[in-house]
Amino acid sequence: MDQTYIGAPIRRREDFRLLTGKATFTDDIKLPHMLHAAILRSPHAHARITSIDAARAQALPGTIAVFTFQDIAVWAKPIPLRLYPLPGLEHFLQYPLAQDRVRYVGEPVAVVVAESRYLAEDALDAMDVTYDPLPAVTDVRQSLQQQVIIHEKPATNLAARYTLALGDIEEAFRNAAYSRKEVFNVHRHTGNPLETRGLVASYDAGRGEFTVWGETKVPYFNRAVLASFLDVPESKIHFIETDVGGGFGIRGEFYPEDFLIPFAAMNLGRPVKWIEDRLEHLKAANHSREVLCEVEIAAQRDGTLRGMRAHVYGDMGAYIRTHGGLVPSSTAALLTGPYHIPAYQCTVSCVMTNKMGLGTYRAPGRYESCFIRERLLDMVAADLLIDPVELRLRNFIQPSEMPYTVGKTRPDGPPTVFDSGNYPSAFQRALDQIDYDALKPLQGRRQNGKYHGIGIGCFVKNTGQGPFEGARVVVSGAGEIAVYLGITSLGQGHETTMAQICADALGVPMETFTIFHGSTDMMPFGVGTFASRGTVMAGNAVHLACQKLREKALAIASRYLEVDATQLVFRRGQVYRQGAEDHALLGLDELVRLAGPASPYNLEEPGLEATAYFKSNQLTYTYGTHVAHVAVDPETGKVEVLRYVVVEDIGRCINPLIVHGQTVGAAVQGIGATILEELVYDDNGQLLSGTFMDYTLPTSTDAPSIDSIILEEAPSPLNPLGVKGAGEGGIVATGAALANAVSHALASLSIQVTELPLSPDRIRSWIRASSPQSL
Amino acid sequence: MKPAPFEYFAPTDITEALDLLARYGDEAKILAGGQSLMPLMNMRLARPHVLIDINRIRALSHISLDANGALAIGALTRQRAIERASLVQTHYPLLSAVMPSLGHFQIRNRGTIGGSIVHADPAAELPALCLALEAEFVLRSAVGQRTVNAADFFRTYLTTAIEPVEMLVDIRFPPWQAQWRWGFQEICRREGDFALVGAVAVLRMDDDAVCQAARLTMFGVGGTPVRPQRAEELLSGQRLERRVLDQLASVVAAELEPDSDIHASAEYRREVGGVVARRAVEIALGNARGHNER
Amino acid sequence: MTAKQTIQLTVNGRAYEETVEVRMTLADFLRDELNLTGTHLGCEHGICGACTILFDGEAVRSCLLLAVQADGANLMTVEGLAQGEGLHPLQRAFHENHALQCGFCTPGFLMTAVAFLQETPSPTEAQLREAISGNICRCTGYAPIVQAILQARRGG
Repeated sequence: MDQTYIGAPIRRREDFRLLTGKATFTDDIKLPHMLHAAILRSPHAHARITSIDAARAQALPGTIAVFTFQDIAVWAKPIPLRLYPLPGLEHFLQYPLAQDRVRYVGEPVAVVVAESRYLAEDALDAMDVTYDPLPAVTDVRQSLQQQVIIHEKPATNLAARYTLALGDIEEAFRNAAYSRKEVFNVHRHTGNPLETRGLVASYDAGRGEFTVWGETKVPYFNRAVLASFLDVPESKIHFIETDVGGGFGIRGEFYPEDFLIPFAAMNLGRPVKWIEDRLEHLKAANHSREVLCEVEIAAQRDGTLRGMRAHVYGDMGAYIRTHGGLVPSSTAALLTGPYHIPAYQCTVSCVMTNKMGLGTYRAPGRYESCFIRERLLDMVAADLLIDPVELRLRNFIQPSEMPYTVGKTRPDGPPTVFDSGNYPSAFQRALDQIDYDALKPLQGRRQNGKYHGIGIGCFVKNTGQGPFEGARVVVSGAGEIAVYLGITSLGQGHETTMAQICADALGVPMETFTIFHGSTDMMPFGVGTFASRGTVMAGNAVHLACQKLREKALAIASRYLEVDATQLVFRRGQVYRQGAEDHALLGLDELVRLAGPASPYNLEEPGLEATAYFKSNQLTYTYGTHVAHVAVDPETGKVEVLRYVVVEDIGRCINPLIVHGQTVGAAVQGIGATILEELVYDDNGQLLSGTFMDYTLPTSTDAPSIDSIILEEAPSPLNPLGVKGAGEGGIVATGAALANAVSHALASLSIQVTELPLSPDRIRSWIRASSPQSL
Repeated sequence: MKPAPFEYFAPTDITEALDLLARYGDEAKILAGGQSLMPLMNMRLARPHVLIDINRIRALSHISLDANGALAIGALTRQRAIERASLVQTHYPLLSAVMPSLGHFQIRNRGTIGGSIVHADPAAELPALCLALEAEFVLRSAVGQRTVNAADFFRTYLTTAIEPVEMLVDIRFPPWQAQWRWGFQEICRREGDFALVGAVAVLRMDDDAVCQAARLTMFGVGGTPVRPQRAEELLSGQRLERRVLDQLASVVAAELEPDSDIHASAEYRREVGGVVARRAVEIALGNARGHNER
Repeated sequence: MTAKQTIQLTVNGRAYEETVEVRMTLADFLRDELNLTGTHLGCEHGICGACTILFDGEAVRSCLLLAVQADGANLMTVEGLAQGEGLHPLQRAFHENHALQCGFCTPGFLMTAVAFLQETPSPTEAQLREAISGNICRCTGYAPIVQAILQARRGG
């Protein structure tokens, strides 16, 4: 029997270098004559810059240069939008350095370059900048009062607004027997990969070419942006991917430093390294998740949902980041979730504040919308005296309705269509896994001083974003096949999973393949790694490339052997006559030779290689359910997560080891974020959670055991492999499930969670507010 | 995050260190375990011109018990050494039991008892323990020595009675009393973190289960650890029944004057302060050796 | 101030003598002067544990030590674990249990585990979780790391 790799829990080949200290992360790169940069950042949330004096800094021995806006003015453009360019957002973009105003704490004001990072920080200390502080606005509602205007042109803090409308919302509410209105707040937090951002840039003046290490996620877009800033052809910029210490959406978007560091290298004629420190990261790397949602739901008495209308406000920060309006737009796009809600209307407002810009963090808009909707459903269930499980079962979109068209829930792009799925099945699986029926009696009960609650969150998640990805497969011999990808790796194990796909496609052992990824020189076109698209897009691209390669091999063999290609079979890396598979006719070594430039048997491009692009403009949807069992100590407000179950159907699983790893990791991130984390600004726009002492990430003692189940009941009909994207499902419903669990636990104290995080202080304040004497 | 420049000294005996302190005074900072100072220096929140690294002064690291059972610990003694010292486990169980709550073992490998005390974070466990146990601190300078009781040592956030030319050399705990029952309880966001609020209860119980004397120390409740007097009076001379314990929680809550920060509001610390005080006493009553519960 | 001192120390069994600035941290010294880049910097304020090394056999945060404090010391970093081509049992266990994804935290966890298992060769899972709670991982959710260390503990 031939070996199959797809579906097998293959251990990763990336591990060896990562385990032995032989990996190369950006800060491990050392070039001769390399200099070190540090960024001078605004200490004010909103201020006019009245003067910048670099004299003392420049006088320090060891300081090589100081750059301010004047030095980059000729080059500088606003950082453009990559996604969700809602009309109006273009007025709120960020230049790589502040000109005459600063608008958030941490905004880059100048770059200093020195012989070492130590000396660069000394130079920062010696920079004399005077500011004229302005009032700051740090909250969406306050910002919409338009008393403090952040961008003088166009003199509004409402950067963009649109409304989507599906079905007849007026009718839904008019004829509904029941409706409920709430306001939900999702807290500002972010992903904090353990490696901070960093770049090494080198400029070859002789050739006019740049080499940059540290770019990842969307290198092709970033290269295009850098090329436009520097006014050089893209082919003169080479991004080389290093090992990457996690991304989660935060790393890899175009930031000011992505221009400033290559610029410094060009200007100084020496390589420049910049490694962000953690304090900078917390204030100046993308924040996420902060939305406020006013929402109203209409239903029949039996719980059948009729309509939902909402207003989602995104707290965008002081500048619109490359994601445009993605966070609030994505919140709106999937707010209805896996349920049949015939009428849906949602207004999305992008509101500016004097804070760091909002970007994507794992499952952006999905964590948020899931929290909002699943909390609302539990409220509906409680009001209508229906079991929350029953309510969901009554309203799930059924498998028989697939593909199911939700409608146009995104401002541009095609309508949202769920391609395949069996939501009730995944739901039931999760309930069975946690033994929900046995746990139900514990709902709201006090045991050993703690209140118990079981909370559910169901989700649907878009994955596999197009428009394309490519792969090039090059055979050099029986033991050597190279695969070049346009996607990047931030820890997802692509070197292993892509090799699995290739190995099955060509029928050769996995060890034959070496996967190269991320560097812009490898493939002429690429998009990148984000939004759970790697396996769908690149996986199918390598699959298609391997198919093309097989066909080419058979065509060459056919000519050489003078046998019709239909009579030949390519298996286990060999060509056989059909029906005579005990006698190999040609192996890869021979085929490589026969494919060469001088060979008469190859009528296509020389070389035993093939390039293929997988194109898609349709998203493919994973789905699933989280269930959490918590115990809340009402005296201290502390939440203990006793059990956590994640069920996700990803269509088809390439490597269960890697998918489980992603799911468990994502779930712990989400649980930590929901209970422990918050980016807190004071009224003056100062970031109070500015170190890891105040921004508390989950550790091993905070991480409950995650029961992760992967289903493959509903493969995707949209791609040859039938895969959907994995990687984010583990985080999507964590806010929802935990908030529902805590609400059930504290139901007897009349507490209904409408905001996050579930910190001890917040929980105690809810208890205090609802029942002052109770302790 | 690299430290600002400084001049560095690594004296090998106490006299040398004290002379350096006399010379540099408030321009200097002592580097002991570095677990509190180095983060501040890396962030450039602390920029001493002179760093006096005392890690090579062996004489500052010792644990000893005198004939009366008084425990003396040198200021440079690593927290981990205290944690693992059988002398402390046997003769000063409260100290031994609380040590694992301090941060993480990697921090305790370097962190010192003296460093934690002089750093005086009001949410730290060691200053609170010292207050609860009525410890004394021996401070030395180039010109003399003085002993300050824990009750007089902690002034406010990160500020103590120590003068810039002085160094903490010894911590002395009075003899452990056999009738002492103790309980320790802290509420943290995560294990190993500084406390949102915490309590140490040390009770002298008589054979009739009456509390002869009570010491209750609260931490994370303001600029320093505190001993709420009315709460201690409530417990003294009483049989500690349910009614008294419930009253304790509200008396403590009424007596505390904590501040708010991003982790917890003043109300939280007040109310939950009452709760942890009660729980610490319950633990003390629960078993002879007490146990650490979070 | 560029005051320098000459230090002598052993790292992974090899003796070094280097002249360093007094303010250089031990982590930076290992990474930049000795080119042992396996030790990583995640926070530089003693919370994340990515910089964990063994200092005279004890697990410490190298970002909170100055290089000059290591004069006379015996250090071990992640580069010292594997013996030639063979992986250390902990490294092998991490690989087998998929206890790493991006790998940035991994050297810190390995060194913490080495130190911990030396002192506590047969920990319970709860003891182990507490011992590694001073190391942050963003990718794995910790469960496979715990499994890997338990496996290595059993000599597997």
